[in-house]
Amino acid sequence: MEIERGSTSIVEAPAHETETRDKDELDLPWQVIVHNDPVNLMTYVTMVFQRVFGYPREKAERHMLEVHHNGRSILWCGVRERAEFYVQQLHGHLLLATIEKVI
Amino acid sequence: MEISRKGEALEISDLDPFLAELLRQVPGSANPEGEPEAEARLFTHPSAEKEICAEWKTYVEPELRRLFRSATETVAGDLAQLNGNEKSFRSRTLAIPLEHADAWLNALNQARLVIATKYKFSDEELNDHDRSPIGSRRDLGLFQINFYGFIQEFILREIRCG
Repeated sequence: MEIERGSTSIVEAPAHETETRDKDELDLPWQVIVHNDPVNLMTYVTMVFQRVFGYPREKAERHMLEVHHNGRSILWCGVRERAEFYVQQLHGHLLLATIEKVI
Repeated sequence: MEISRKGEALEISDLDPFLAELLRQVPGSANPEGEPEAEARLFTHPSAEKEICAEWKTYVEPELRRLFRSATETVAGDLAQLNGNEKSFRSRTLAIPLEHADAWLNALNQARLVIATKYKFSDEELNDHDRSPIGSRRDLGLFQINFYGFIQEFILREIRCG
């Protein structure tokens, strides 16, 4: 706010705004990780990634190959509730999946 | 054995008694009862955090058990087509309705995981698709895993083709 005092204008410092982020925002850094399991077929894992995350086939295949070659792949990152939902879906398809907090 | 799409069903025809028997064993093979390691594989921990695991065991695990049981029950229902004339060597046909495809994929995967855990197959063994002959119950287990995987591949292909 600007207050006129003679020829001098004083600009008041804005009141300190308290950041009010909702719970989900504060809870952001969780990641969904899928681990390698030699029993699950590569085509099956790709199909599950497409279904659970809605990824196009190419992206699903990239993640599947990352799991296959590196032992794990981060499939998604975001709020805890959603991450838990995805891990439940992945377990429902019998994939080895975990939720981890980003450090 | 022949496997093909017939309208809204996947048809496995010319099934010899041996392969028909392996298919009949899908629901039983998917049951991890008495195999703690297989049980642990089907119901793995979702996190290293104890709080998450405790909530999971209370709320999610029962849902997963229901889901897996429902899949094996659907498969068992379809497999009733193979009942009767157990001693006959006549080839049989099994029709899997497309709407049961997900249940079959799930039950076949349960069975493959339980068998693999039970016999502790190595990665090398699991990738050896031409292993023969079947000389032990363990060899039969590996054959089952490969046969069930073959059926899964076919179902997946048909799902993708719509």
